[in-house]
Amino acid sequence: MNHLASAASDHRGLTMTLFGLFVVATLGITIWAGRQTKDAADFYAGGRGFTGFQNGLAISGDYMSAASFLGIAGAIALFGYDGFLYSIGFLVAWLVALLLVAEPLRNSGRYTMADVLAFRMRQRPVRTAAGVSTIIVSIFYLLAQMVGAGSLVALLLGVSGDGAKRWTIVAVGALMVIYVAVGGMKGTTWVQIVKAVLLIAGTALMTVLVLAKYHFNLSSLLGAASEASGKGAAFLEPGLKYGITGTTKLDFLSLGLALVLGTAGLPHILVRFYTVPTAKAARKSVLWAIGIIGGFYLMTLALGFGAAALVGPKAIKASNAAGNTAAPLLAEELGGGAGSTGGAILLAVISAVAFATILAVVAGLTLASSASFAHDLWANVIRRGKASEKEEVRSAKLAAVAIGAIAILLSIFADKLNAAALVALAFAVAASANLPTLLYSLFWKRFNTAGAVSSVYAGLITSVTLVVFSPVVSGGKNSLFPHSDFHWFPLENPGLVSIPVGFLAGWIGTLLSKETADPAKYAELEVRSLTGLGAH
Amino acid sequence: MDTPPAAEAAAADVQRIEESAEFRGLRSAFRSFAFPVTIGFILWYLLYVLLSSYAPAFMAAKVVGHINTALVLGLLQFASTFAIAAWYARYADRRLDPPAEAIRDSRAAAAVHVPREAAE
Repeated sequence: MNHLASAASDHRGLTMTLFGLFVVATLGITIWAGRQTKDAADFYAGGRGFTGFQNGLAISGDYMSAASFLGIAGAIALFGYDGFLYSIGFLVAWLVALLLVAEPLRNSGRYTMADVLAFRMRQRPVRTAAGVSTIIVSIFYLLAQMVGAGSLVALLLGVSGDGAKRWTIVAVGALMVIYVAVGGMKGTTWVQIVKAVLLIAGTALMTVLVLAKYHFNLSSLLGAASEASGKGAAFLEPGLKYGITGTTKLDFLSLGLALVLGTAGLPHILVRFYTVPTAKAARKSVLWAIGIIGGFYLMTLALGFGAAALVGPKAIKASNAAGNTAAPLLAEELGGGAGSTGGAILLAVISAVAFATILAVVAGLTLASSASFAHDLWANVIRRGKASEKEEVRSAKLAAVAIGAIAILLSIFADKLNAAALVALAFAVAASANLPTLLYSLFWKRFNTAGAVSSVYAGLITSVTLVVFSPVVSGGKNSLFPHSDFHWFPLENPGLVSIPVGFLAGWIGTLLSKETADPAKYAELEVRSLTGLGAH
Repeated sequence: MDTPPAAEAAAADVQRIEESAEFRGLRSAFRSFAFPVTIGFILWYLLYVLLSSYAPAFMAAKVVGHINTALVLGLLQFASTFAIAAWYARYADRRLDPPAEAIRDSRAAAAVHVPREAAE
């Protein structure tokens, strides 16, 4: 990082000022939103008053995380074409949400994913399972974002010591807890909207600058990238990361499955559908999100290949082994290179945008998981529905603090992992534990409590266990514990095994149980999910 | 919980709607679109993933300049996603929203006394 870091630290003040502006503005929004948050529907669902377009922006803000911005750009810069797969999986996945999940969920639920899962089941076991899996998925995802924040700071502040990284993670954690506890869903949604606009503007600016260098000719950009990569044409073909052996090919398939099936099971995305008044508005918000997210991922192609061509893989790897700093490095290069004023300004702007991205996403995750803790585990399981709304919201705020603390502690240990790979794990858990149950609940009449509970736990336990015994955690150069080796599962992503396990367990659990599903409850769910009758 | 402590009558009402021809039509309009299209785009996506892993020569073939089959197929995934989303939006506007609205209206007319938040 050396020359880069010193150039960065010269203009550290500028980055800090820009970022400070974002923090002040969003805190202002948060306090304003907090004043307007009166009941549980305000806190959990932003009063259901957002329009489809606003929510589409907010969904994009929630989804285009630091992992997409930093992780995918880095993965493309280092592995060429194989990094692009992430973008494709992340985008196609939205069709599952659009066609099968968004509208029925909006109509039949209230505040959390568990509302839909428990609709026609016995409340306590199903809510416990759904609450636990919501919190675990969100913590995986939080980890990915905080890791991104850590590596960014090391680059920006020109410090390689762990102290500064840790303090940044603590500061990010503290801010996200404030956003959630004070602003609730209303505040968090506006923060997402502001961030989405900034991120798209920043990415678009860089894309135009990159393409301009190649006279808007995609082919010459690709040519320059493959030349600079030192890998020639192979850089533009699938296989650099995943084509090496039979195992890595399976890993690629596993990743692909997890990406495409995970989105519609991500709790922080699902709760977004409750912030609009109707199912039609939920549909519109997904349509906007598909347009915005699709455009964004197309631009990450230019960023990733641009970083490979202009910065070069060597400099990127020297700054962060996993490639997480490729986008900010590219910004500096586009502005005129290290040491130039233009370079420092653009680096500062893009870094501030990346910070804003991280902050907004972690706030969304904290909100979803603390809402599930308060609404599902605390109010419905522990207090058996006897808690008042006020108590419920108060416990959600306390949960936000606790989840923030856990995420901070965990992310201090995880900083060597690629942010996009970590997110992929969160997707695998969501696709294995949440999506099967959600689809069965909505569309399979016979599905019952035993099926729901076994599907969630089997998907959750299989995916998390396989991750623990995978090369992500031990036995590899970039593992969480590089010095010990207790891995026996060969794939980095568990989806290929754990997603079918989740679906099978739900099916077998249902058939083995003597409990028969209540046809009247299913009729009610069907009518409500398709027509919106009785929707909250 | 989620079901307002409204009335048993409401449950009977829902049962009646569920058995009505209008509702059955709405349900099959939804399912006959959503299910096959979902299976279709997932297979199309898996085809792309499998080709990336197991047909490297095919994917590496140059189409124009440095642009190869892999990139073209990847961009086609984007295009098909946008197209399916637009197709569903049109379909839902024409075939799903009107019957859903009609069912809500007829229920509202039949039970004016049931207070409920406007679903719109």
